[in-house]
Amino acid sequence: MQTGLEKVLEWFPRAVNVDLQTDATLQVDISDALSERDKVKFTVHTKSTLPNFKQNEFSVVRQHEEFIWLHDSFVENEEYAGFIIPPAPPRPDFDASREKLQKLGEGEGSMTKEEFTKMKQELEAEYLAIFKKTVAMHEVFLCRVAAHPVLRKDLNFHVFLEYNQDLSVRGKNKKEKLEDFFKNVVKSADGVIVAGVKDVDDFFEHEKTFLLEYHNRVKDASAKSDRMIRSHKSAADDINRIASTLYTLGTQDSTDMCKFFLKVSELFEKTRKIEARVAADEDLKLADLLKYYLRESQAAKDLLYRRGRALVDYENANKALDKARAKNKDVLQAETTQQVCCQKFEKISESAKQELIDFKTRRVAAFRKNLVELAELELKHAKKIRQNLYIGNLQLLQSCLAVLKGDT
Amino acid sequence: MTAWEPPDRPRSRLAYCCPEKMAEDREPPPLADAVQTDFREVEEGEDLFVSTVSTAEQLSPTSPEPASFPAEDISTNSNGPKQEILLDDDQEDLFAEATEEVSLDSPEREPILSDGPSPAITPVTPTVIITPRVDALFDRSLDEDEEAEENGDTFDMQITVSDPEKVGDGMNAYMAYKVTTKTSLSLFSRNEFSVKRRFSDFLGLHSKLASKYMHIGYIVPPAPEKSIVGMTKVKVGKEDLSSAEFVEKRRSALERYLMRTVNHPALVKDPDVIQFLENTELPRAVSTQALSGAGILRMVNKAADAVNKMTIKMNESDAWFEEKQQQFENLDIQLRKLHASVESLVCHRKELSVNTASFAKSAAMLGNSEDHTALSRALSQLAEVEEKIDQLHHEQAYADFYLFSELLGDYVRLITAVKGVFDQRMKTWSKWQDAQVMLQRKREAEAKLQYANKPDKLQQAKDEIKEWEAKVQQGERDFEQISKNIRREVERFEKQRVKDFKVVIIKYLESLVHTQQQLIKYWEAFLPEAKAIA
Repeated sequence: MQTGLEKVLEWFPRAVNVDLQTDATLQVDISDALSERDKVKFTVHTKSTLPNFKQNEFSVVRQHEEFIWLHDSFVENEEYAGFIIPPAPPRPDFDASREKLQKLGEGEGSMTKEEFTKMKQELEAEYLAIFKKTVAMHEVFLCRVAAHPVLRKDLNFHVFLEYNQDLSVRGKNKKEKLEDFFKNVVKSADGVIVAGVKDVDDFFEHEKTFLLEYHNRVKDASAKSDRMIRSHKSAADDINRIASTLYTLGTQDSTDMCKFFLKVSELFEKTRKIEARVAADEDLKLADLLKYYLRESQAAKDLLYRRGRALVDYENANKALDKARAKNKDVLQAETTQQVCCQKFEKISESAKQELIDFKTRRVAAFRKNLVELAELELKHAKKIRQNLYIGNLQLLQSCLAVLKGDT
Repeated sequence: MTAWEPPDRPRSRLAYCCPEKMAEDREPPPLADAVQTDFREVEEGEDLFVSTVSTAEQLSPTSPEPASFPAEDISTNSNGPKQEILLDDDQEDLFAEATEEVSLDSPEREPILSDGPSPAITPVTPTVIITPRVDALFDRSLDEDEEAEENGDTFDMQITVSDPEKVGDGMNAYMAYKVTTKTSLSLFSRNEFSVKRRFSDFLGLHSKLASKYMHIGYIVPPAPEKSIVGMTKVKVGKEDLSSAEFVEKRRSALERYLMRTVNHPALVKDPDVIQFLENTELPRAVSTQALSGAGILRMVNKAADAVNKMTIKMNESDAWFEEKQQQFENLDIQLRKLHASVESLVCHRKELSVNTASFAKSAAMLGNSEDHTALSRALSQLAEVEEKIDQLHHEQAYADFYLFSELLGDYVRLITAVKGVFDQRMKTWSKWQDAQVMLQRKREAEAKLQYANKPDKLQQAKDEIKEWEAKVQQGERDFEQISKNIRREVERFEKQRVKDFKVVIIKYLESLVHTQQQLIKYWEAFLPEAKAIA
């Protein structure tokens, strides 16, 4: 199902794309997106003055798997061990929405034409919202990479941006997925061991404790906000049905109630539309924000893990060196190993500190922006609903009085 | 048939729609300050409406109350939340003024909301008792009732059901409710009195009234439904929120039931009703129990009726009845649908309230672990806002329920009663037709006997013919009477329905406005906090 995109891109809600360095040397965005049966095709548009690229402005089409490939290539690159790797965008998931549309299609016979059209519009709007979100998340990923002083120079990234053929990146097959699973298990176990090692550096020790707690709480808040927003949507759906039934009552009623019912139905309908917007905005400004920082805080934790790992390796190398010196055997080898570990550790530590500070700055800015926007939107919507209700109430009362005056 | 009485002073019907007369006894809930109901006494306004009433009033000889009315009373209230509105002689001004106010979005209109930095956001104390909150929403109705009474209505009766008390222990326990009546009607020996009644007493009253009046075409308001689950919980002594809710729901339903019953001009004069309201002791109505002899008899009768209904094919000579029956059928379907949707809304709003509270806690935790001070504070403030909002949703759910859902439930049951009355008419017609058939047969038998020459049997036959002729006449009279009664009852019912719905829906919309007001207040207080994150 192809969706009309010009409207989509007009008020593109860039939920978490906050003040990333948008200098002229490299600007990336997703200018277009197409939703086909089971995949989404993103048009990645680049504007750059860097000499690395053949042209100053160009576009390619990419799919979700290619984004994942790029992300994984960063994670696997030892050179980037000291950075917070921008979290991969989540897979586009239209299943739920598609299922609902299908159910609606099946139940078409059991509802009136108005109801059917209304529900269809609702579901299409929902589909569109999910679509916009997934586009935003993929874009944020690219922007973060483009804004990072080192990652933006990555070769894979340039290939991703420029190579206008298919990257032939296949998704992982079962064997590879299983391998990944085991790797993760090992990593978590290791992570626990590494985390147990007390760090001399206060800054990192503090960050470790902070991130662990923060990550868990963001996870909780994210889940709870999702549930809250879902209830909100259900309530809006109910109001939708109430509006429809009131409309039917209005068309059927024999007394002077009919105009009354029609007016009330209209009022409910207007209210419902705005309530649905409220839920959607909450989703965008709050739920998405929390989800994003859940992923980012995980990436930060991963960085700390890598550093911790390097520290343990370094300490082990030191011990090995001492032993070697004591036994006077393989000293040179031990020295080299120790040097390598030391350098690795120091390199990671240096960049990690800056990365974590940047993470905090970004986080504070993103929360500020989103919380302010959330409050403003909530206010705007509440005022609109209130205004509609006032006017509606007035009109209803006027009609009540009119009936009395005109009655004989 | 009583003489037609001139239309009365405008009076509000809100009392029985709004269960919380008791609100007067309770302390004002925290919401009251946010919603200023500056209601002015509308002395001058009254005259204005009396004249319209006399033209509006449809002539229903036995109904002493005015037609669709409370619009005037409500108008002052629903514009009420923030401004005082004076009812001039010129009605147009009322709305012109208000319309103007609505279109402006200036700060003066909202004295409560601050544009500056937020004042200390007071923590919200969670309430355990449900009812005071609902009272808040109904507070405004009180003003109208008092005002109506002051004007010296001739039909004035106020019934409140209150103080539910558990009597006895274990499975024999029951809830006793205090039924207080305030009236100036001469039917009653005193102006104010109260008695203790239990649920089965109400059912007994209804059962008596139904057996007396349904068959002549009066629409007898149905009693609230029994609930085995609900009552068992109460009996067993479960002192939790759901059994408190159940008792409150029932109390409210009983109050509405009584008010509807006494609003019926014939029923209020019925000795059973008077006895119910006045007598300290009432014989226990055992025949209301489901498994009693009478209960089983009722079930059998119901089944028999259902079968009969299918078999009686009535020649409807009066298009009015056919049309009305169809209308009620349609209304029934739509109301049931609406009721289901509103119940679903209540459920989801309660869920929303719970989820919002849970999110609030989570946000507070997040705020605690956030190490950037300003952001941490903002998150804590967000948590507080969300906590208040959850309370708001909770209250809105109760408004949804007590205002909207219960009204719809009542009307679904009322329409069943209306349909029952139409069925009674069918039965009466059927009886009349049967009598005619019988008469015909007796005449034929007599004719036969004429030839057979049996003088004593002939006399008997002639007597039987006389008997059946009388029965046919009676049948025809009964049918005409019930048809006439039904027409009148349906008219009264429709007027009442219009009034009830308008009043309740407008009140409900007011509750929605109130919720939005509060939301605006909370978010406006939060916004500067969010902006302050450095």
